[in-house]
Amino acid sequence: MTGVEVLFLLLGAVAVGAALLVVSSRNLVHAALWLVVTLGALAGCYLLLTAELVAWVQVLIYVGAVVVLLLFGLMLTRAPIGYSAEFTSGNRWMAAGVAGATAGVLVTVVGQAFGDAYVDVHAGVAGSSGAIGSAIFRYWVLPFEALSVLLLAALVGAIVLSRGGAASPGTDGTGIDGTGIDGSVTGSLAADQAGRVGDGAREGER
Amino acid sequence: MRLVYPLLVSALLFSIGVYGVLARRNAILVLMSVELMLNAVNLNLVAFDVWLGDGLRAGQVFALYIITIAAAEIGLGLAIILLVFRNRQTSDVDALRELGEYEHDRLVEEAAEAEQAIPRQAVREQAAAQ
Repeated sequence: MTGVEVLFLLLGAVAVGAALLVVSSRNLVHAALWLVVTLGALAGCYLLLTAELVAWVQVLIYVGAVVVLLLFGLMLTRAPIGYSAEFTSGNRWMAAGVAGATAGVLVTVVGQAFGDAYVDVHAGVAGSSGAIGSAIFRYWVLPFEALSVLLLAALVGAIVLSRGGAASPGTDGTGIDGTGIDGSVTGSLAADQAGRVGDGAREGER
Repeated sequence: MRLVYPLLVSALLFSIGVYGVLARRNAILVLMSVELMLNAVNLNLVAFDVWLGDGLRAGQVFALYIITIAAAEIGLGLAIILLVFRNRQTSDVDALRELGEYEHDRLVEEAAEAEQAIPRQAVREQAAAQ
């Protein structure tokens, strides 16, 4: 067992253990922070597999952006910050059975299929940014463009979804807005009537 | 390095993600478990790419694309969760059993009757009553 293998197994153990804490933690913020540990350990695994660009993109996008988005979501849904036992539903034993069966099947199949395969990680860097960049823009340009269109559509969709709740009738956001408009309209009508009454009173004085 | 090690880590991460999706109740925790499953797939792709020594670098390029798609997915998923929370005042997946919006007024009334600790709903009800 070489040093690279030992390091990889240690990082894999960290990733799997932190993932177990993500799905079993009784504190929402702690679960998000353990997700950071899992994703960081996976970035280390990519580095050991000599996929440098993927590792740094993982650090930038997942650890830097996705987890921050998740923490924003936790804040905006006013999720309970403290410890609570209510984050795991009643069917956790069935879920554990399904997950255990999945793990058993995958580990058995993978172990039997690739038990004697070796990756040569000392042959050079397989995923330098130069190699990946030329591969993307030489062979994979069409998926790249399709992905940019998909990102634009997702951006527009997220904006429409977050704005649509206040614009459609029937939701409670418009209740306040409607009464606000009604209130201003009735207020202006009342002011108008008061002005007329005042005019009438002045004419009566004359 | 033996190819089995990354594949084992990936299989275990995927199974943990399956457990999280099935067993968690908070919708944001379900999204976190989906991220675990996507990362397991990414590790598989990178490991097989390095093993095959593909000249096109298909595995790593697809891992990058999956990271991008996961970012888009998490943005849309959070927008949907925030919309659901705005309409139902909960992000509990087990509590979302009705598709229609007509149950909303009943839920708001029940919540306002059950506890006075949510002053916004009482304000909204007063505004709606006026």
